[in-house]
Amino acid sequence: MPEASPPRTYALQEYKTDVHVDWCPGCGDFGILSSIQQAFYQLQLPPHRIAMISGIGCSGKTPHYVDTYGLHTLHGRALPVATGAKLANHELTVVAVGGDGDGYGIGAGYFLNSGRRNLDITYIVFNNGVYGLTKGQASPTLAKGLRTKSMPEASIQEGINPIAVALGAGYTWIGRGYALDVKHLVGLIVEAIQHRGTAFLDVFQTCPVYNDLRTKEWYAGADIGRPRLRRLDQDPGWEPHVRNPRDVDEIVEKKVRALQASYETGDDRLAIGVFYQVDLPTYDEQMAHKVPALKDHPLVDLPLDQRNIEPLLRELE
Amino acid sequence: MEIDLSRRELSWVLGGPQGGGINASAELFARALARGGLSVFANIEFHSNIMGKHSYYRVTAAPHPIRSHLDEIHVLVALDEETLFGDAAQRKHYPSHVGHVHQVLAGGGIVYDADLKIDPARFERDDIHLYPIPYLEVLEVALASAGRAGQARKHIVMRNTVALGASIGLIGYDEDLVEAVIRESFKGRKAEAADLNVAAVRTAAAYARDHFAARPGVQLRAVPVGERVQRVLMKGVHAVGIAKLKAGLGLQAYYPISPATDESVYLESKGSAYQLVVVQAEDEIASINMAVGAAHMGVRAATSTAGPGFALMSEGIGFAAITESPGPVIFLWQRGGPSTGLPTRSEQADLQFALHPAHGDFPHIVIAPGDLEEAFYHSFEAFNWADRYQVPVIVLLDKFLASSLYTVPGIDTSRLRIDRGLVYQPQPPDRNGYRRHALTANGISPRAVPGTPGSIFSTTSDEHDPQGHITEGVENRIAMMRKRMEKLETAAREIPSSFKYELFGPRKADVTLLAWGSSKGALLDAVPALERRGRSVNVLQIRLMRPFPAAEVGQILGDSKTTILIEGNYSGQLGALVREHTGIMPTHKVLKYDGRPFSRNEIIEGVETALSDRSPQVMVSHA
Repeated sequence: MPEASPPRTYALQEYKTDVHVDWCPGCGDFGILSSIQQAFYQLQLPPHRIAMISGIGCSGKTPHYVDTYGLHTLHGRALPVATGAKLANHELTVVAVGGDGDGYGIGAGYFLNSGRRNLDITYIVFNNGVYGLTKGQASPTLAKGLRTKSMPEASIQEGINPIAVALGAGYTWIGRGYALDVKHLVGLIVEAIQHRGTAFLDVFQTCPVYNDLRTKEWYAGADIGRPRLRRLDQDPGWEPHVRNPRDVDEIVEKKVRALQASYETGDDRLAIGVFYQVDLPTYDEQMAHKVPALKDHPLVDLPLDQRNIEPLLRELE
Repeated sequence: MEIDLSRRELSWVLGGPQGGGINASAELFARALARGGLSVFANIEFHSNIMGKHSYYRVTAAPHPIRSHLDEIHVLVALDEETLFGDAAQRKHYPSHVGHVHQVLAGGGIVYDADLKIDPARFERDDIHLYPIPYLEVLEVALASAGRAGQARKHIVMRNTVALGASIGLIGYDEDLVEAVIRESFKGRKAEAADLNVAAVRTAAAYARDHFAARPGVQLRAVPVGERVQRVLMKGVHAVGIAKLKAGLGLQAYYPISPATDESVYLESKGSAYQLVVVQAEDEIASINMAVGAAHMGVRAATSTAGPGFALMSEGIGFAAITESPGPVIFLWQRGGPSTGLPTRSEQADLQFALHPAHGDFPHIVIAPGDLEEAFYHSFEAFNWADRYQVPVIVLLDKFLASSLYTVPGIDTSRLRIDRGLVYQPQPPDRNGYRRHALTANGISPRAVPGTPGSIFSTTSDEHDPQGHITEGVENRIAMMRKRMEKLETAAREIPSSFKYELFGPRKADVTLLAWGSSKGALLDAVPALERRGRSVNVLQIRLMRPFPAAEVGQILGDSKTTILIEGNYSGQLGALVREHTGIMPTHKVLKYDGRPFSRNEIIEGVETALSDRSPQVMVSHA
């Protein structure tokens, strides 16, 4: 046996690759990327014990820029791939990322059902209201009546409220951040990763090229004379954590408050921070009840090639 | 047609309303026959319906090996009137079937419920035996003998067992074997049900013998005890499920769909004992992508589906291919298409779809087993190929294989070897520089297992460079396309020919029957009958559809004067594939697209019609 080496520490630089980042200058994605790297650094997660799984779009390129294991998958399918990855090796920190079109449009079914499942993973949505990479069509979060500069007509569909959907779907940690408030966002990502269960983090992200309505200035409230964003943690009465997960009344109360906060005052006041959190059994833990060997080892390390199938053949005689 | 006693073969059919328990009764009977050392081939036909519609279970048994069913029935056991005469009387629109009376061979018999009060003249048959049995009355007697007098209505579902028992009495089969199987299937808290069912079988058998002197023309005896060989009685879903466990499957993701679901349910039932993770996903897109995610992490992964679900998996298969995921293995249980089609019926119409499952050019492997033993061995090997060549592998099966229940001589696991392919070992650890898609002569790049230090990589569904990062560069694109496609050439060189095709019969014959998949049993069982008619025949069964064994198949067919393509689809999809790769076009086609599997008779009739009428194309449908 070689001597155990002292636990090494990781520099922030070790979470960065030398791959050229091809996002547009001023893109909100830079803030999210930097926040993800800083969160990994703060948590001192060994880079080889992280798997970043992304969908398609500008945000989908994120894994190439973070020096961890990564799969840049298909449009809308980051969550199923992340689910398979986590089940294969539950010891890895699995972080799925994607855009709002990716998650709430083409991947809506997986957004819903991943909430039901409560696997111990983190899902970060880069929410900019448009399909950037295809040149600015309306995404599922663009509010009705809005028309960004590349849209021929205003949208006649409602924008969805992802926080409300996540509450209904059963996510056990629900938060929202802002791409340009990196310090706050790092804290949210750290908390999301530390949460046991599926953490869902919606991030308001500016697209300086295609979304000329939800700009840095708009979020700053230049037109109304006060910031549009309100930090939930600055409200002394705000307590998003469910103290007793067996108390249905408390769960309902906290969910209703989170729902109210998510609707609050429409576009003029947008809450960011942790909306809701509860500790419930994760899918991984429940799977380990069904397959007890998973309590000690991840699936990938089990000696599955040693199975004896003779009893199965005998029971069919 | 008289019953051909020389075959010493019994064709027995139990028909009744769906949800009425015919599966349990017929499978119990099949198991009792297998216990008696007989070879059994059983299969079910049913509607996409939970309760009420006509379904029937066909059990063929013989003391010699059989691997197909006959159209003819020796003993028909009817639980309802529709089984006898069809549904024309009850339905306002197009009747779905005409019943089974016409299929009963002269000298055969029909067991039915005397309470239906059917005028014997309605059968329009004076060449068969009619056995009206008052099911409820016999059940009452049986229950009374077991101390449950007056409870026949409560146990009405046991009418099936009465019907089964009566038919067993009439064919003279060993009731002790039936009893033994019943007692095994009702254990513990259900032990009392065993007593009741045994009583029902014995009482009904005695009743039938006492009331009817004439017996059906075919009697069936168990093989003498000393000569009995114990065989495994399994369905395709078992063969595939057990093969997956043997192959070291770690994760199976699926979405419920006929006829694939039973396989996943079987696996889930073994999940705890065999450390297998089975996930019921929200749709087939999720299933395939979960499987791809798990495969990339180093776990053997699979998904199982039918045509409509496979259609949703398209982009996931392309994703697995371009990212050189080691698998997953996709089990495609074909059913009648297109669209929802015939959800519970069989067809061989997804071959071309499985060969072209996604956009773009990419490597993948497609294999089509022809029976349960092949289903086992091919399924096992499919996982080795997925790891060795880092490609998605499709195992093409069908509803007929999924639900056919038959005796398999035994599975030899002694020569099975798990091969996980080339796995990257970082030397020394913690030094990056790993290239996940390194360009190599045979196209295969050592794969790293995520979680391991020193081999961090990202890869993507976009075209990428050897390190897995996006690039649209021309030289890289050409190199990557060649690298990925080269794996197919490597696979073609390395995969043994026993997985590629099999030629049954003489190397040279006047007529070559060209086929694939589940028609194998009916074809092989039809050959002796064709030979008795003076035909010189061999059978070429294609197994590996991609990479296609073009040279070998071309040589065999080049030597054949007459080639008859036999397929369960409308267009002759294997014929198109053979022509694509060899330039050879079969001289005749025998096709079937009624959603039912080939019977032995249909093969014989199809071949004879094609040859005697010189028809280039013959459609057969006896169902």
